[in-house]
Amino acid sequence: MSMLTFEKKYRVRGGTLLGGDLFDFWIGPFWVGFFGVTTLFFASLGTGLLVYGAAMGPTWNIWQINIAPPDLSYGLGLAPLMEGGLWQIITICATLAFASWAMRQVEISRKLGMGLHIPFAFSFAILAYVTLVIVRPVLLGAWGHGFPYGILSHLDWVSNVGYQFLHFHYNPAHMIAVTFFFTTAMALSMHGSLILMATDPREGETVKTGEHENTFFRDDIGYSIGALGIHRLGVFVAISAAFWSAVCIVISGPFWTRGWPEWWNWWLELPVWY
Amino acid sequence: MKIINMNWFASAAVLGAALLSGCDIPPQETVQRGYRGTGMEAVYSPEVLQALVDANQVPAAIPAVSSEGPRAADVYENVQVLGDLSVAEFTRLMASITQWVSPEQGCNYCHVAGEGFAADTLYTKKVSRVMIQMTQNANQNWGAHVGGAGVNCYTCHRGNNVPQYVWNIGVPPRHASGMVHQMQNVAHQESNAYASLPFDPFTRYLLEDNAARVAGDTPLPTGHEASIESTEYVYSLMMHYSDALGVNCTHCHNTRAFAAWDQSNSERVKAWHGQQMVKEMNNAYINPTNQWLPAYRQGALGDAQKVNCATCHQGAYQPLLGANMIADYPSLSRLAPAAEPAEAMGEGMEMESANLDNGSMSGEAH
Repeated sequence: MSMLTFEKKYRVRGGTLLGGDLFDFWIGPFWVGFFGVTTLFFASLGTGLLVYGAAMGPTWNIWQINIAPPDLSYGLGLAPLMEGGLWQIITICATLAFASWAMRQVEISRKLGMGLHIPFAFSFAILAYVTLVIVRPVLLGAWGHGFPYGILSHLDWVSNVGYQFLHFHYNPAHMIAVTFFFTTAMALSMHGSLILMATDPREGETVKTGEHENTFFRDDIGYSIGALGIHRLGVFVAISAAFWSAVCIVISGPFWTRGWPEWWNWWLELPVWY
Repeated sequence: MKIINMNWFASAAVLGAALLSGCDIPPQETVQRGYRGTGMEAVYSPEVLQALVDANQVPAAIPAVSSEGPRAADVYENVQVLGDLSVAEFTRLMASITQWVSPEQGCNYCHVAGEGFAADTLYTKKVSRVMIQMTQNANQNWGAHVGGAGVNCYTCHRGNNVPQYVWNIGVPPRHASGMVHQMQNVAHQESNAYASLPFDPFTRYLLEDNAARVAGDTPLPTGHEASIESTEYVYSLMMHYSDALGVNCTHCHNTRAFAAWDQSNSERVKAWHGQQMVKEMNNAYINPTNQWLPAYRQGALGDAQKVNCATCHQGAYQPLLGANMIADYPSLSRLAPAAEPAEAMGEGMEMESANLDNGSMSGEAH
C-alpha cells in the first residue's frame, strides 16, 4: 500500500511497553508491536476454535451455530472440550485478544505522544464483556452463567436471563444504561449533523465556522457545549452506556435474586409514606 | 442552611441504607433449568432459601389409630362426608383439623359448646365440610397437579382460620369519577409481583373459563389475535405463578418461544393442570360456600375468598417443599364414598360441579 509522503514523519520508533524494538514495525498500514502479535494469535486461535466448535456441532447454519458454556455442575472448574471446555478456551482467547488490542492502542498513543482516551474508552467495552463471561460467573460460582457464543443462542440467553428476574426493565441500572445508549445515539447524530451543515454547504454557500455551530445551538436551546465539550460529552455518554450495562447484569443474580419489580419496594416502603 | 444540609445528609443515609438493605449478598444458590448456556436458571439467596425451609416444616402427625370398630356415621349424627371412617380415625382427623385450622379457638371454631357436634349452626362447620371434599377431590382427581405429595388442610391453612394467601374479585382503587379505571398501574400489588400489570388476573383465569394463551404459535402473523390488554393480563397471571412458587419464568418456559410446549419444562404441564384445578376449586367448592359466609369473610363485591397458586405454594416451588401430605391421612386422599346427599351444600354447587368436570376442562388443551 502506498504511503503518503508526510506519513513517514509519524512512522517513528519508540513508545512500546513490551518487546522493545522487536515488533516495532509496520505491515502495510498496520503497526505491529508486541500486542499486535498477541492480538493476532488469540483472535486467530479463538476464531479457529469457534469454527472447530461449529464443525463438531449439528449445523453450519450461521444463525444457529452455538458454542455453549459448561453445565453449572462444573462450577468454576474446567469442563471437557465438547461440554463447555471449548467455550472456556474461547473466552480466554477473546479476553486476551481484546486486552491486547487495548494495549496496542496504548502503545500507538505513546508513540504519537497522545493521551490514552481511546484505549480508556475501549476498556469499557472490554469491561462489559468481561463482566458477562468472567466477573458475574465467578460471583455466581460457575462458568455456566456466561452467555453462549452464537448469533441466536446468545439472544435466547439474554431473553431467559431477563426473565429470570421476571421483568428486566425494572432493573434500575438497565434503565440508566438504556438511557445512555439512546442519549449516545442522539448526541452523535446531532453532532454529526451539525458538522455536516457547517462543513458541507449546499452549492453557492461557503463553509461555515465554529461560531456558526455555536450560534445554531445557542439559538436553538440557549447553550452550546462547544467544540471540545461535545467530544467530552460524547465520550462520557458512550462509556456510561457500556459501564451501566455491565452494572445492570452484574447486580442481576449476584446482588439481587428476585423479580426486579419487587426491588422497587424499598422506595414504596420508605418510612416517609409507608 | 445547616438544617437543610443535615436533612439532605439524613435523606441520603436513609436512601443508601434502603438500597443496601435491598441487596442480596453473594454467593447465591443457582439451579440449572435447561440446556447449558440457555440462561434457564433459578437464582436463590441462601437467606431467602433458609427462611423458606424454616417456614415450610410440616407439623408431626398424630399417631395412626385403628380403622376397626364402628363407623363414625353410625355413632355420630350428621356425618355427611367422613362417615365411613372408624370412630378413632374420625376423632383423630377432627383433632388434626383443629391443629391445622383453629389451633387457638379449638373445636369451638366449628362446633358450639353445649349444642352437640351434630348441629350445623356455625358457617365454619359447613364450609369445612366442603373444604374436606375439595381436598379429597384434589387428591383423587388432580394427580396431574398434586400427584406424589397430595394436599391436606395444612397445605393452605398453616394454623390460620383462613389461609394467608387468598383473593377476592378486584375493585378499582379511588379514581376520577366518570372515568374507567384500567385495573393496572397500581403500586405495591403482590398479585402481579409488584409490576405495573393488571392487579387482578385471577378473576379472568382462575375463576372465569379463559385459556391463558396469547402467544401466537407461528413466526409470522397468521390470524392469531390477542389484545395488548389480554396479553398483559396473562403476563400478570404468570407473574403471580412465579411469585407464588418462588421461581422465575424459566422454571417452565424457554422464553425464546413461550408457547412451544416442546421447548418448555415439564413443570409447565403441571402448572396448566393447576390452573384447571384451581378454577374448579373456586367454582365448584369455594363459591357455593358464599351463601353462608359472614360479610367479614367476603370481598368488596361480596364474593368468597378464593384460591390461587399462593394459597398452597406460599413461595415454595412445591407446597411445603414437596412433603407428602396425605400418607398419614388416607381419608383425605380420595373422595368419600357417596353417603346420603349433602343437602346443606346447596343446589348451586352440584350444578357447578357438573359444568366443571375434568372432561370439559381438558377440552381446551391444545
